Amino acid sequence: MFPNAFDYAAPTSLDEAVDLLSRYGDDAKVLAGGQSLLPMMKLRLAAPAWVIDINRVPELDGRRESDDALILGALTRHSAIEWDRDLDADYPLLRETAALIADPLVRNRGTVAGSLAHADPAADWAACLMALGASVTARGPQGDRLIPVEDLLVDTLTTSLELDEIITGVTVPRPAGRAAAKSLKLERKVGDFAVVGVSLQVEVGSGGAVSRVGIGLAAVGPTALRAREAEAVLMGRPLGPEVIREAAALAAAAADPASDRRGSAAYKRDVVRVFVERGLTAVQHRLADGQALGA
Amino acid sequence: MALEITESRPLGKPIKRKEDARFVRGQGRYLDDIKLPDMLYLALVRSPYAHARITRIDTSRAQALPGVRLVLTGEDLAKMNLAWMPTLAGDQQMVLATGKVLFQYQEVAAVVADSRALAEDGAQLVEVEYDPLPAVVDPFWALSPQAPVLREDREEASNRIFHWEVGDLDGTERALRDAATVVTERIRMPRVHPAPLEPCGCIADYNAARGHLTWYVTSQAPHAHRTVLAMVAGLPEHKIHVISPDIGGGFGNKVPVFPGYVAAIVASISLNRPVKWIEARTENLTSTNFARDYHMEVALGADRDGRVTALRVSTVADHGAFDAAADPTKFPAGLFSIVTGSYDFPVAYAAVDGVYTNKAPGGVAYRCSFRVTEASFLIERAMNTLALRLNMDPAELRQRNFIAPERFPYQSPLGWTYDSGHYAATLQKALDIVDYPALRREQAERRARGELMGIGLSTFTEIVGAGPSSTFDILGIKMFDSCEIRVHPTGKVIARLGTRHQGQGHETTFAQVIAEELGLTTDDVLIEEGDTDTAPYGLGTYASRSTPLAGGAAALAARRVRDKAKKIAAHLLEVDEAEVEWDGQNFVAMGAPDRSVTMPAVALAAYTNLPHGMEPGLEATYYYDPPNLTFPNGAYVAVVDIDKGTGAVTVRRFVAVDDCGTVINPMVVDGQIHGGLTEGFAIAFMQEIPFDEDGNCLAPNFMDYLVPTAVETPHWETGRTVTPSPHHPIGAKGVGESPNVGSPAAFANAVIDALSPLGVTNIDIPLFPWKVWEVLREHGVAE
Amino acid sequence: MHIEVTVNGRLRSADVEARTLLAYLLRDEFNLTGTHVGCDTTSCGACTVIWDGLPVKSCTVLAGQVDGGAITTVEGLEQDAQLHPLQQGFWDNHGLQCGFCTPGMLMTTYALLQRRPHPTETEIRQAISGNLCRCTGYQNIVAAVQQAAARLSAQDAMEEVQA
Repeated sequence: MFPNAFDYAAPTSLDEAVDLLSRYGDDAKVLAGGQSLLPMMKLRLAAPAWVIDINRVPELDGRRESDDALILGALTRHSAIEWDRDLDADYPLLRETAALIADPLVRNRGTVAGSLAHADPAADWAACLMALGASVTARGPQGDRLIPVEDLLVDTLTTSLELDEIITGVTVPRPAGRAAAKSLKLERKVGDFAVVGVSLQVEVGSGGAVSRVGIGLAAVGPTALRAREAEAVLMGRPLGPEVIREAAALAAAAADPASDRRGSAAYKRDVVRVFVERGLTAVQHRLADGQALGA
Repeated sequence: MALEITESRPLGKPIKRKEDARFVRGQGRYLDDIKLPDMLYLALVRSPYAHARITRIDTSRAQALPGVRLVLTGEDLAKMNLAWMPTLAGDQQMVLATGKVLFQYQEVAAVVADSRALAEDGAQLVEVEYDPLPAVVDPFWALSPQAPVLREDREEASNRIFHWEVGDLDGTERALRDAATVVTERIRMPRVHPAPLEPCGCIADYNAARGHLTWYVTSQAPHAHRTVLAMVAGLPEHKIHVISPDIGGGFGNKVPVFPGYVAAIVASISLNRPVKWIEARTENLTSTNFARDYHMEVALGADRDGRVTALRVSTVADHGAFDAAADPTKFPAGLFSIVTGSYDFPVAYAAVDGVYTNKAPGGVAYRCSFRVTEASFLIERAMNTLALRLNMDPAELRQRNFIAPERFPYQSPLGWTYDSGHYAATLQKALDIVDYPALRREQAERRARGELMGIGLSTFTEIVGAGPSSTFDILGIKMFDSCEIRVHPTGKVIARLGTRHQGQGHETTFAQVIAEELGLTTDDVLIEEGDTDTAPYGLGTYASRSTPLAGGAAALAARRVRDKAKKIAAHLLEVDEAEVEWDGQNFVAMGAPDRSVTMPAVALAAYTNLPHGMEPGLEATYYYDPPNLTFPNGAYVAVVDIDKGTGAVTVRRFVAVDDCGTVINPMVVDGQIHGGLTEGFAIAFMQEIPFDEDGNCLAPNFMDYLVPTAVETPHWETGRTVTPSPHHPIGAKGVGESPNVGSPAAFANAVIDALSPLGVTNIDIPLFPWKVWEVLREHGVAE
Repeated sequence: MHIEVTVNGRLRSADVEARTLLAYLLRDEFNLTGTHVGCDTTSCGACTVIWDGLPVKSCTVLAGQVDGGAITTVEGLEQDAQLHPLQQGFWDNHGLQCGFCTPGMLMTTYALLQRRPHPTETEIRQAISGNLCRCTGYQNIVAAVQQAAARLSAQDAMEEVQA
């Protein structure tokens, strides 16, 4: 199957890219990894008049660290994260999540920012980055603005980006205390979208009490979700079976899944409970075993 | 490690495959790799509705698109009397829809253009208006008198295609009434698709000046396709040259003739240019032939000792909009009557009702000898239920009911004569490999801890190699197969067969058979298939029939060659023919072992130094009409663990002991087993083509029609017993389908075994995690 | 649009429509038909090639994207009439049946062995999980890759000794 005809532009600077987007607006689609866009174009479910290929924009490549955050360029590929063991020291949830995305070949092309901009509720990055409290930087004709991932994702396949805005990078805050993380995904086979995904990271203070926690849920709502009440119940308490069960139940209550061929809403909600419980238990062990930042 | 192709006495040895020399280099020549000068491309317009009347088709915008050369509709084809075509099952099928459409994605118009992309652009511009009609999706509803009659072209005002039955109904009912125990179960084998990695396609190249059509096509049965084409298109058969190039997997998908084929041929004839049609994966999964879709009800009777006394089966078979199965003509439900399996039933009865619905047409034999998979699944699942009811170990129940080795040839109550087998020994071997007693002990311990572990058995018997001409034909053509062998002066051989391999390794295995018979090496024998101008007539490769039929033809043709060679050898050895012996590699003068001649020496003499009066040359053809079918069998054991939190099932171990008679190449046989088990695994756990209530296909691509990857696929353990077929020339039975036929029940039985303490006896496949979880929840089991 | 790309070490060029996918640039313009197309949803991996060092599904890359880049296809594996150890491994271990997925499997595992010269069975299975095979059940593909890994490291060891 072949896409409809389109015009192709490969800008070599960010300004040029933004300029092209301002000019073509709704008629244009940004091509980053292309692993969602091109299949949709081949099936002729998407037929943009213009394809703006941002892969030759050098400003979007690479990544850097500041004192309190990791900033991923928009073109950071899933596999670049998956293979970088150095990230585990400060950002243990990233590699866990990257390795669960799609399949290894897709991970060589797909990008973190592209996944966020596509806003598929089953996507793995959105839940992970929500859990981490990450933000994206979007560049438009008026300049840059910082958007928390939670605010970026408005609805299924819908973001708060303006038509002429491009995500230039993703800012992931560095944990302040000892941290451990876990990502769980139920898929019917490798390459499948998540039936249910849970990404969570826990930071603990010196007494072992939870000082920060993020629990992101994939595929159980119109967008990825953050299980705020579950997080709240954990705050200030040391991890233990009882509080973990409590949090898991609250996370399940926060999920808002639809029944479909991957299972009923009740099923998916219960898998959220099971995964949050397993994830937090794993995190508890990791923290206890010293497999955590600052240990 | 595999052996080189230069190995002598190759039969039974793991010879490396000859065809791989091109495949590992990326030099296979598949259909889409063929590009002819001036070739055009065809794309199809398909219906978005499952059932609708076509009120208007406007092709003007498509025709106006630069680069579009032709647009065809059903009305155009009707003028040529080609709007409908016969199916191999004796039904007829619309090529391009006229009047109304009967399934979603049905072919409505064809657009031919200079490039593939342009053809798709043109297809998008064809405007079709539909008046939607209520869709008939449920096959049981289709049989009710209130359901709308779908097929207006038929005289019968009913959605019933056929009612077929076999066996002794009264006797079976009596035996069931008298039985100490009767178990019943509704067993469903859902609609699935063979989905070979290479989709279907063709290039039609008509030359008006010669009145000649060259047709390159992904065909498992090139000769049959040529004959059908001659009948449908009215072209003289000798002016149709069918070439089936390398095929990227078939599994039954590439047996039928598809509307896209006919449209490409019509377009090529109309334009006098080559026209290529390749289906996209979506088209493959939605239109070119599903498999299974059997809704079965079984009643199984047993006496106090657990000996089976009767089997009654009734089935509704959903064939979709057209009966496009490829079953032998006299068998509308294929060989489903193998449903008594490996067990000694005194009496049995089976009935199948074929039904039209608003779904894609088909009912092909997906890696299966015509509904044998459905039959095996049913009986192996039913035996599991009986074991649960009797609270008897399923292995013990089977051992008690197997047809004993001394009963062969065994007459089954539904009319087959099983050739050979030693079922008890085969099962015992599987149980030994897996250490069955230890597994049962482990299971008891785990159960005590609240863990869910299951062990499932399947001890199936297949029926393959259709078949004897007294019984089997397709559209009247008897289902023999053939081999022609030519030995050239230097002792090198070209052998041609009526079959067409799709990955089975015929270029190696048939060369092994012939080399063994002629005292040569595999390297000395070139196998050619798939070209109707050169190969002798045969019915093709499907239903595990290549080794039983073409393999037999190859051995017998080689023996004919050897018979003549022996006469020449006598001449060379200057003795009487009666004094010449064949020692497996050479002709030897009796009593003088130092005096011998090789086959190459005889071959040279056949062209240079013949006995007086003998016809020159050294070649033979054999059309093999087998005296019976063959009955491969096996014993499979699956061991699974269930995640109580998600319902996900992990296959921890799988042991497959197969008995396919004489083994030609153990490496190839193991490869066939691995592949078939993987397909069986997929069917048991993740594959299904469901429809919504409007008849919309819900698994139209590989995002939803799930093919397992290396991560999910278990590690397979294989073993073998060898009970040669007494009637096959080399004792071989065929193997390609056994693992796909036998394994789904082993997986399902294992999952049900794990859940049996809850009182569960059946869960419909595919066993998605959510289904298992629903069962656990119903019984109050949770993590 | 005009494309210039190094394919199997040789600079090639073509003029194609913007919508041309890399798989068809290779197949139709350069006659490198070893790269196959088996699906339309980026699921099967039969079209896998190496692009600037990484294996990708060439049905999900535009021809324009590889302009100025370097591609290796299955046709580029054999060197000096010597099969690559992976090709030999697939052949020796019956790692293929119909052959349709084989080029993609070869390219994926070629990249794997460059990144991880001694992969475990689990790593091999994960690495090829974007490549579907309908024939082999993957088991002999794993064996093929293990054989190739062993041979390649033996070759490397030899070369080190010689150096």
